[in-house]
Amino acid sequence: MADSISLKKLVTRLLGVVVAMFVFGFALVPLYDVMCKAFGINGKTAGQYEGEQVVDQSRQVRVQFLSTNNIDMPWEFYPKHDELTANPGAVNEMIFVARNPTDRPMSAQAVPSIAPSEAAAYFHKTECFCFTQQVLQPGQQIEMPVRFIVDRDMPKDVKHLTLSYTLFDITARHPPVAANTGG
Amino acid sequence: MSAVIDDHGHADHAHGPAKGLMRWVLTTNHKDIGTLYLWFAFCMFLLGGSFAMVIRAELFQPGLQIVEPAFFNQMTTMHGLVMVFGAVMPAFVGLANWMIPLMIGAPDMALPRMNNFSFWLLPAAFLLLVSTLFTPGGGPNFGWTFYAPLSTTYAPESVTYFIFAIHLMGISSIMGAINVIATILNLRAPGMTLMKMPLFVWTWLITAFLLIAVMPVLAGCVTMMLMDIHFGTSFFSAAGGGDPVLFQHVFWFFGHPEVYIMILPAFGAVSQIIPTFSRKPLFGYTSMVYATASIAFLSFIVWAHHMFVVGIPLVGELFFMYATMLIAVPTGVKVFNWASTMWQGSLTFETPMLFAVAFVILFSIGGFSGLMLAIAPADFQYQDTYFVVAHFHYVLVPGAIFGIFASAYYWLPKWTGHMYDETLGKLHFWLSFVGMNLTFFPMHFVGLAGMPRRIPDYNLQFADFNMVSSIGAFMFGATQIFFLFIVIKTIRGGAPAPAKPWDGAEGLEWSVPSPAPYHTFTTPPEVK
Repeated sequence: MADSISLKKLVTRLLGVVVAMFVFGFALVPLYDVMCKAFGINGKTAGQYEGEQVVDQSRQVRVQFLSTNNIDMPWEFYPKHDELTANPGAVNEMIFVARNPTDRPMSAQAVPSIAPSEAAAYFHKTECFCFTQQVLQPGQQIEMPVRFIVDRDMPKDVKHLTLSYTLFDITARHPPVAANTGG
Repeated sequence: MSAVIDDHGHADHAHGPAKGLMRWVLTTNHKDIGTLYLWFAFCMFLLGGSFAMVIRAELFQPGLQIVEPAFFNQMTTMHGLVMVFGAVMPAFVGLANWMIPLMIGAPDMALPRMNNFSFWLLPAAFLLLVSTLFTPGGGPNFGWTFYAPLSTTYAPESVTYFIFAIHLMGISSIMGAINVIATILNLRAPGMTLMKMPLFVWTWLITAFLLIAVMPVLAGCVTMMLMDIHFGTSFFSAAGGGDPVLFQHVFWFFGHPEVYIMILPAFGAVSQIIPTFSRKPLFGYTSMVYATASIAFLSFIVWAHHMFVVGIPLVGELFFMYATMLIAVPTGVKVFNWASTMWQGSLTFETPMLFAVAFVILFSIGGFSGLMLAIAPADFQYQDTYFVVAHFHYVLVPGAIFGIFASAYYWLPKWTGHMYDETLGKLHFWLSFVGMNLTFFPMHFVGLAGMPRRIPDYNLQFADFNMVSSIGAFMFGATQIFFLFIVIKTIRGGAPAPAKPWDGAEGLEWSVPSPAPYHTFTTPPEVK
């Protein structure tokens, strides 16, 4: 029964499966991003606001702000206010403050997250310091804005949103260029 | 001149193994390679077991007595890695090498040279892995699941060795699996249709497909780690736009099928042994085949039940919860089939049967605690406690390991030509059975009471149960040295085994003499 041609064919096919599954392992990376977007997890908020540019005065949503430093990140990092009240459709702004207390230039990256995840698809950021990286000279302090619109179509039962940022030290990965204040 | 050499080679081929050490290095004989795999697995079983002894010795009493926490972490990690990749998987590959050609009437494995290579990669891989324990920063200390960023940003220097060791093991497993599939699909004796194959062959065929599907994903996973550590990518680093949770998805996409890779061949072996000692054909052969295939399929769509607490959406939790519970259905089919096979059979309880029956009962206990863990809301309490440890040790120790012991006793007469000592075998069983339950049953209670896993110290209220666990573990560990003694005693002598030492046994492997000659089925047998 063992004719060598079919053995060769079989082994080739099985090796094909192995290669395909190796590639599939890497394909899980973009696939994961797609799933996060679909489910609103992992800080993946909605894109550009395309709803009515009319403020919904009848409804108010509390938006809370959290700031966390990743392990070994020495910067001072906090929002100016803990929360604000937002009307759907209106542009809101919150200022986050960051200060580099060390004696060396450092770069940082903020990574956002939003809860509850059902609301992520209705949260539109028009500007965010998390879109770029920050470079701070020793002792330098900056104010960083985040502007957002809460969608008018957001489910009525969501009355409370939390926007949280974790600040990562990426100095090793992206050495700061002198005199670039970032922003 | 060349004629003489040819003659010589031919003579060797016809009459038996080469002499000396090089026989084992160069062998392409499936029985030799099977033996190598089994001995290697047993060595790793003792090594991984000695790591477990360190863990249990430290946990004998609350407080830190024997080892530093950093070393304790290396012990839990290495225990898991060595047992999973060094003991259980190679043992089943060894059984496959020995038994599959004998069971389907093939003269050897389909790719004998690759077979040799896939074995000899393993000692290299484990030398690399175990050597990390002696490096300045210590060995892997991030748990056998090596979650990023513990295994990337915060890993010891030796993590690169660990990654290459995993690559080698993966290549070895993939080649072994390709060999098993090629052998089963191409080398069956005339008349041996797929649905006439013994269940051990069936479960291995399905396991081999699982292996070639998920080992490459594991290889990809550790490759991404390697790139994150050395080449500045950010697959698992949030600072660079990646996500540590992605690691868990990629890992468990491999990891969940992996747990079935470790149990399906045991299902197959038990399905050979229970009919033999019940003197009845297996109840529901066809349903066994389909149940195995269903379990294999379901294993691909349940991985996130390991990560209920990372923050997956509610719909995801529900999907993975119900999909996981669904696995209980084909598994239940198997358990009922084994029970029905025994029903009204002429039962005798030789050592293989004792291990097989204990397998069915204790594996079911592990299955039930698995169902408890599958309940997403309850899992928030169980996550990372000793309840999880109790669960997976109940499916791996009396599951996979007892399945291997049962197979070893069942086929030892065929391998060695001698009967093992039945009294000693039964003693080994009872000591293992009591030791294993003493070790792992109390872990259910301390786990439910909230004792976290992977921590070298614990609160005082867990002290008594932990002492019981440790006593049981020392007992179970020492018993396995006794098993080594039994096996060596059987190799060196004992009552000569007939070709078919079990009167209820069926299958081609019993049609060749005991011990099985170096070359069997050089002309294929006719299967009716």
